[in-house]
Amino acid sequence: MDDSALIDVALTVNGTHYQRQVESRLLLSDFLRHDLGLTGTHVGCEHGVCGACTILLDGEAVRACLLFAAQVRGSTITTVEGLAAADGTLHPLQEAFRQAHGLQCGFCTPGFLLTLVPFLAENPNPDDREIRQAISGNLCRCTGYQGIVDAVRSLSRTGAPKPAHEAET
Amino acid sequence: MKPAPFRYFAPETLDEALSLLAEHGDEAKPLAGGQSLVPAMNFRLAQPAVLVDLNRIAALSFIRPDDAGGVVVGAMTRQRAVEHSELVAARAPLVTETVPYIAHAQIRNRGTFGGSLAHADPASELPAVALALDAQFTLACRSGQRVVPAEAFYTDLFETACGHEELLVDVRLPTAAAGSGFAFEELARRHGDYALVGVAVAVQRGADGTLIDARMAYLSVGPGPVLATRASASLLGTRGETEALRVAASLAAHEDIVDPPSDIHATAAYRRHLIEVLTVRALTRACSRAQEGA
Repeated sequence: MDDSALIDVALTVNGTHYQRQVESRLLLSDFLRHDLGLTGTHVGCEHGVCGACTILLDGEAVRACLLFAAQVRGSTITTVEGLAAADGTLHPLQEAFRQAHGLQCGFCTPGFLLTLVPFLAENPNPDDREIRQAISGNLCRCTGYQGIVDAVRSLSRTGAPKPAHEAET
Repeated sequence: MKPAPFRYFAPETLDEALSLLAEHGDEAKPLAGGQSLVPAMNFRLAQPAVLVDLNRIAALSFIRPDDAGGVVVGAMTRQRAVEHSELVAARAPLVTETVPYIAHAQIRNRGTFGGSLAHADPASELPAVALALDAQFTLACRSGQRVVPAEAFYTDLFETACGHEELLVDVRLPTAAAGSGFAFEELARRHGDYALVGVAVAVQRGADGTLIDARMAYLSVGPGPVLATRASASLLGTRGETEALRVAASLAAHEDIVDPPSDIHATAAYRRHLIEVLTVRALTRACSRAQEGA
């Protein structure tokens, strides 16, 4: 294999199967945007700090800018394009962001959403400290985070039902 | 594209990976979770000609008990898996307490236990924990394996005893013996940032309640993780009284080997102050836990 050799990658993104050939150094974030045209995954710092490129890789939130496309052969990926229903109905978390002004320019939003979807699945009733810790790996320069925390809090109140033993409190 | 070109290999067995490393020598770099290496490649601070991706070697990802009551963690085990492991929590509680301090959940989902240890960043948490626990590192090359204690593994800034043709394959964390107590403390400006100073401590009380073992290890105070041996020794024979903890903390802040940097985040003097404050906090908690365990 010489430097320019292409690597076969077959994977599933948002339920659609794709097969492409990639250069070894192609980052997953660039692969999603340029090769698959899924430009919802935003690229900010490209060194793992800002969180804008966060996606779900086999259900787990990871930085797409810190993976090579060649590494995800056989994986299942969800990007922000995969959150809303086919008819355009927003995901409850997207709707909560909209209601609570959890976004302004929107650049960081896909990363926040994909960070928070698995977080809320694991911990449906987080307190404010847990919410802030969960989003500590994502930078937002518009909202001051308050609207984002409000959005998550509104879901934790109305979204998932509490376990029966907590229902009284 | 941000990174420079490289040849990519994704071996599925350890033997295959070791052969690739032997073949390509110092041109090759093993890729674990990539949470430090890939940023360095994106900046082109690192431009390895060959990347040997270890992520498809399933045999390197495991957490299992060892016969001596400790726990062995495969090098490619994700930090997130270590964080949530009941076995690790039972046998190496210091690790469970520390892992949430590593960066953010998205990083820990991908970052590996062995990758962080082998990268030897002086600001990272796990190397200090490995020193405090006297962890044993198994290194493999084509001709066999050897076991290196954490103290001998870390040699200098981003330098370890692991040769170009070797791989860290697993890490043995000794059992938490009766009467032992642990604690981790760090101060970072924001959750998940590099800590200004961090400390991992492990102590053990004898049958009469006095301390018979103490290991205090620091991050961000030198070229690698630093074991404050003189300060640790000062605790032996005491009962962990407040005064003894203060003396140990002060000794640690001024040991020759402790040489905190001054940078835009903090002065060396402030870091020395933090060493004292965080050490007393960590030792207080560790000693009280050791009480419970005795």
